[in-house]
Amino acid sequence: MNSIVCLKQVPDTEAQIRVKPDGSDVLLQDVKFIINPYDEYGVEEALKLKEKFGQSTVTIVCLGPERCIESIRTALAMGADKAVHLDDPALDGGDAFTTARALAEQIKGMEYDIIFCGKQAIDDDAAQVGVALAEYLNIPHANLVIKVEVSADKKKVTVNRQIVGGEEVLELPLPCVLTAQKGLNEPRYASLPGIMKAKKKEVKPVKAADLKLDAARIGAAGAKSKVLKCYSPPPRTAAQIVAGESPEEKAAKLAKLLREEAKAI
Amino acid sequence: MGKGMWVFAELAETAVRKVTFEILSNVRPIADKKGEEVCAVFVGKTIPEAAADQCAAYGAHKVYIIEHDALASYTSDGYAKALADFINKQQPSIVLFGATVVGKDLSAKVAAKVNAGLATDCTAINLDDSGNFNVRRPMYAGKVYADIGFPNAPIIMASIRPNVLIPTPPDASKKAAVEKVTPEIAAGDIRVTIVETIKTAAAKVDLTEAEIIISGGRGMKEAANFKMLEEMADVIGATVGASRAAVDAGWKTVSDQVGQTGKVVSPNLYIACGISGSIQHYAGMGTSKVIVAINKDPEAPIFTKCDYGIVDDLFKIVPVMTQELKKLKAEG
Repeated sequence: MNSIVCLKQVPDTEAQIRVKPDGSDVLLQDVKFIINPYDEYGVEEALKLKEKFGQSTVTIVCLGPERCIESIRTALAMGADKAVHLDDPALDGGDAFTTARALAEQIKGMEYDIIFCGKQAIDDDAAQVGVALAEYLNIPHANLVIKVEVSADKKKVTVNRQIVGGEEVLELPLPCVLTAQKGLNEPRYASLPGIMKAKKKEVKPVKAADLKLDAARIGAAGAKSKVLKCYSPPPRTAAQIVAGESPEEKAAKLAKLLREEAKAI
Repeated sequence: MGKGMWVFAELAETAVRKVTFEILSNVRPIADKKGEEVCAVFVGKTIPEAAADQCAAYGAHKVYIIEHDALASYTSDGYAKALADFINKQQPSIVLFGATVVGKDLSAKVAAKVNAGLATDCTAINLDDSGNFNVRRPMYAGKVYADIGFPNAPIIMASIRPNVLIPTPPDASKKAAVEKVTPEIAAGDIRVTIVETIKTAAAKVDLTEAEIIISGGRGMKEAANFKMLEEMADVIGATVGASRAAVDAGWKTVSDQVGQTGKVVSPNLYIACGISGSIQHYAGMGTSKVIVAINKDPEAPIFTKCDYGIVDDLFKIVPVMTQELKKLKAEG
């Protein structure tokens, strides 16, 4: 039962994101980076499958700059076996599809039964890479997965996925791509022995040239959507505090304001 | 580049989703400027007849109906094949989707198939001074906004966040040409089997489409207290949501969570009860039109970035607020 987990490093959810003065991009200096939380559910699920089936390898595949090694090591410390790091400036500045194309080129030569991605990365919030990866590998996918049950013969997987107003239970043949949603599991913390072991685990560096993709299809050159300008959203001002002698008075005033001033009810 | 601005028309059971009308009426002036037609595109087994007229009323010149027995339920494989094949045949310039569970899944797969540029969860669509189609979208869960262009895209796609674009009033006198399309779907094209659909009794309207949301946080103290919010929600037709703290405590389910790692919502009115207003929560609801906070802690960060606040015990305020709202509603 070999799993691949696609991992992206993203700014911590706590991070304040600032925009460069010229609006060309965001400022990520001094920002703390973490494993994309949805990818972390993928790591955990792959580890659970390994524990259940034995005889399995969990491989992390990460595309991103040098700093990502820290997140890769964290995933290895959680228990993943090895990693591939697509680290090349030529792969930067792309869109979700150039990323998915590069990941697909890397993954197609690997042995796998199942690929986990996060449902989206919490930086660009695109929610496209997992789906596009499945399309490029010509395998099926299921999005927003909250439960995974691989059949004993390792030929198919039954998943519950979140849909509007409930859940959908799907059966997919393996191999396939599953994108993880919160609720799938509780990711484990890396143990101290895990952290020690992770230092010795293999992280294979891969360059754009190794992928044998046309230069026009990778990174900024291959991107079909492009950030023209970034800006911070207009700040909201502090609340108008609705005062009163009693809860009744405050509530009555607020209800009236919501109807007459805000016209929201 | 091709011609025609398409909108994937999404059905909830038999009714057209509101976001479809929001997109149709907002893309129409853009299409008029570019001299292109607006087309609504339905995919399914049987599309209700009234659906096409509704799309016409909101600005569609033409309605394509792609029908096939294999498309009775949504599958990525089936819908994406049907839509991508038709896109390849007709070569529209732009295809827009609602940024719904279905719209986000479908747009990503179709874009990969037809080599489109795709922007997810957009909050505005525009033509720039040179006549190029651009979108605006939140990134980092709304901590940053970006204008996105598509300089190298042979075809442009975007999914549009529900409840943000304002629809024009429908004009029932407008009619659209309706064209039925039969897709080629072979055995084996749909690799995924739907085993079961489980409906959770809860929300009537999904958080992402709700006009009013009342959310509870850590200050709710226990699961049973959410009943109080449900009662207020019933009076004003709201959907109840929760902060991450309330979900992690097990008081509400993950699908009710609003925030950076939950749902990103944009209702007309967001009432936060017992929510301090972390940066992650704010990221999920900061684009709400009116934000109200009820919290007993006057120092709660939420009071620094909302419209109206009551500093008091929510357990005292919420029940009387429900009564006040009932009175207002009774007045009409």
